[in-house]
Amino acid sequence: MRPRERAAWQTIDSGQLLLIATAGLFVIVAITQVAAVRLVQPDIAIIFGVLIALGELFRMVMPGNREVAPIASAGAIGYAMLVGVGPENAPPHAPLGVEAATHSPLQVVAVTAAGMVVGSLPHIAVGRSPRPDAMARRLFTVAVVALCFRPLVSLHLPWQLLLLLMGVVVVLSCCTDVVIAAMIRAEAVRVRFGIALRDEVDAKMALCAATSATAMLIAVATTAMGEAALLIFTVPILVTQFAFRRYAGIRATYLQTVRALSRVTEVGGYVEAGHSHRVSKLAVSMGRELGMSEEELLELEYAALMHDIGQLSLGDPIPGGATVLASPAEQRRIAELGAEVIKQTGVLDRVAHIVQLSSHPYRTGHEAAAPGGEADALVPRPVPPPLAGRIIKVANAYDDLVGDSADRDRGVAVLERLRLDSAAEYDPTVVEALSRVVDRRTRL
Amino acid sequence: MRGLPPAAWAYVCGVAALAAGLIGTSSFARLDWTKLAVLALLFLICDSAPARLNVERARVSLSFAASLASVVLLGPAGAALLGLCALVTGQRFFAPVKRIFNGAQFALSGYIAGTVFELLGGHEFRRGEARWVEHVTGPFLGALVTFVLVNLSLMAGVLLLSRQAAPRELLHESGQLAIGCLGYGMVGLLIAGLWPRVGPLAAVLVLLPLFIARWALEQAHAQQQAHAATLAALCQAVETKDFYTRGHSERVSRGSVMIAQEIGMRADRVEAIRYAGMLHDVGKLGVPTKVLQKNGPMTEEEFAAIQLHPMRGLEIVREIGFLDEALAGIMHHHEKMNGRGYPMGLAGDEIPEFARVISVADAFDSMTSTRSYRPARSVEAAVQELRRGMGDHFDPAMVEAFLRALDRDGWEPPDPVVLPDDDVVETTQQDHDDPSAPLKVAGDEARR
Repeated sequence: MRPRERAAWQTIDSGQLLLIATAGLFVIVAITQVAAVRLVQPDIAIIFGVLIALGELFRMVMPGNREVAPIASAGAIGYAMLVGVGPENAPPHAPLGVEAATHSPLQVVAVTAAGMVVGSLPHIAVGRSPRPDAMARRLFTVAVVALCFRPLVSLHLPWQLLLLLMGVVVVLSCCTDVVIAAMIRAEAVRVRFGIALRDEVDAKMALCAATSATAMLIAVATTAMGEAALLIFTVPILVTQFAFRRYAGIRATYLQTVRALSRVTEVGGYVEAGHSHRVSKLAVSMGRELGMSEEELLELEYAALMHDIGQLSLGDPIPGGATVLASPAEQRRIAELGAEVIKQTGVLDRVAHIVQLSSHPYRTGHEAAAPGGEADALVPRPVPPPLAGRIIKVANAYDDLVGDSADRDRGVAVLERLRLDSAAEYDPTVVEALSRVVDRRTRL
Repeated sequence: MRGLPPAAWAYVCGVAALAAGLIGTSSFARLDWTKLAVLALLFLICDSAPARLNVERARVSLSFAASLASVVLLGPAGAALLGLCALVTGQRFFAPVKRIFNGAQFALSGYIAGTVFELLGGHEFRRGEARWVEHVTGPFLGALVTFVLVNLSLMAGVLLLSRQAAPRELLHESGQLAIGCLGYGMVGLLIAGLWPRVGPLAAVLVLLPLFIARWALEQAHAQQQAHAATLAALCQAVETKDFYTRGHSERVSRGSVMIAQEIGMRADRVEAIRYAGMLHDVGKLGVPTKVLQKNGPMTEEEFAAIQLHPMRGLEIVREIGFLDEALAGIMHHHEKMNGRGYPMGLAGDEIPEFARVISVADAFDSMTSTRSYRPARSVEAAVQELRRGMGDHFDPAMVEAFLRALDRDGWEPPDPVVLPDDDVVETTQQDHDDPSAPLKVAGDEARR
């Protein structure tokens, strides 16, 4: 995903607005209620509030522009599941031998919200606008845990049962998190809910598991050993956060590198300026329209960015750089050369495969086989190109013919031409996806 | 391990005998066997998935956490028994001698750390009692440091005696190892602290995030490798047009790293210069092929096109975030110390450090490679040329550093170019990188 050009609050959809409004209302109710009955066990509340604020301060963006704050989430959920506050002032014969934690679910929400706001202030101070939808989502996951778990605390259950309940509740919170995130995403990038949900599960599962385990750890340790334990038992999540931040950073750099280096063909005068970038954006929109998962979309983006890299091996640039106007044999040669380059990396084999087949026509019958002694004319039936390859073929043709012109009529005419060629050269469903994407773009 | 010297044999036997003696003479009457069994299982699970470190020969695993937990939970005798688990750990390739030594040294480390923990008074506090964390942290840290020290020095001993490592290397590597061990060991305290409340579940709760973190780091590592490979492949693609400059980027990258390490750059800057060296000539793609292939003097315009290539390169890689400092290196790698370079004509210290490094490696590789107009020069001749350019063209400090690195590590010049026998081959007739054969520009003789 490209970093958003507009400020976060300008891109809020109606669903997000509803989410944020509900969360805001909830927070107001919680704070009013807490203000009315006073903060229960204020020292514990403050320690957890500080932890949440620090966690928000070090929140990070995971691949796919997902904002997460594992430390803050673990701290807040841990606070929501806190059973006691250590053995120090425990009355004799207290259950579990510890002083009970008596804060209400609304206090959990209030403390979490306060921590989030305080932790966001430095971000605002340096000019990073906060993402209210992500914050609302995090608040809801905590609220779910608090509302489910707090009432159970007064039942004085034994440890084993408590741990079991904690496990159930954190799984529930993970589900809430994933479902809300998927709903926001489905609306924001216009994909079907099922696909968004699957992507969210894939992207979040590991981090959710780590956060949940640490939340339980914090709750159990603080209950058993008092607030001093809180400090050392956040260590595992610190390590996790470090690891994921590193991973996210490298992923982002990788994409940046491929994006930047895909421009060598432009600088070399092989293709029009901005061609690779436009094709990749178009291809990703079409892929999303056709229900591809995030992982497939990433491969599609890489392939789209590098689909012309094979031209580097040509002596002279194709006139105008438009491969759509070159002969089929030449198109194939460029694709083969490009795939060869990409295979050199040793890690992008699937991308190479997509690029290699992106020049093949949709119908791979004999009428479409390359004329004149091509080596693969011997192959009885070539493999039908993968969806990603078909998408790139269409996106490339569209961009070659339209360029960066914003002329609507030209776009419509080109679409019409692609439609006429579909069924033989282009996949009709892919062309229809393109037409929807283009249509939406011109309406905006 | 067949060729183990006698001294190393004696050492291994000594350590094993000591461990056996200690275990044989201690009493296990008050040992909690179920706890030991659970911890042993934990040890084995953790040890089968060791973490990758920057150090090649050693691995640190989360089994350190299990060992340290046993120090607190089981005392010296129990910790020693747990250490013996290393005898059966999952690495199949371990020779029996290695297994025995590993088991013995873990047992010894555990026993000694357990004793230190007791001496410091760690066992006097009942777990679960108020302020346990505060009281126990001190003794635990003592035990932890002891454990790591004993472990590393026993390891170092065997490596030294079997002559697998030089003392200097060991010292360098053990610093990193120690940090990893200490970190993992701290986790043991977390497990031990929670054990009385929730039993083995404590280990699950503590270790799950750490295993996930490990997984994430491995993913990051894989991505890093993929990134480097992709970058290299794309740079190669840029070079394929010219038979003579193939591999140039790769070698300039290597040379730049040699210089950077020699002048003691920080690791992350070395990493950046590795990429900068690789990418320094991507902008050459913006120079029309006919200019690069021109035989004879160039016109002013053609020379200007060549002079612009660092800017073109910058244009391409500007958006790659991690390259911040490297960008300056790419843009200015053709500046000269006397201010007569391009594109900006910077002089002396105005030239960014990265650019001064790359400039030396770039010229050196160009001279030691074959060109269409001359055969490859010998390393000695190229060194001569670098020396001649010191102060005027190159930064003397960088040249000195490069020559030192060259003496130590040597240089592998590219294979002689064999041109294929068809007529599609394109070759450059002039090399802008070659300081010994400056580009011929028409009407330029007077100025030079």
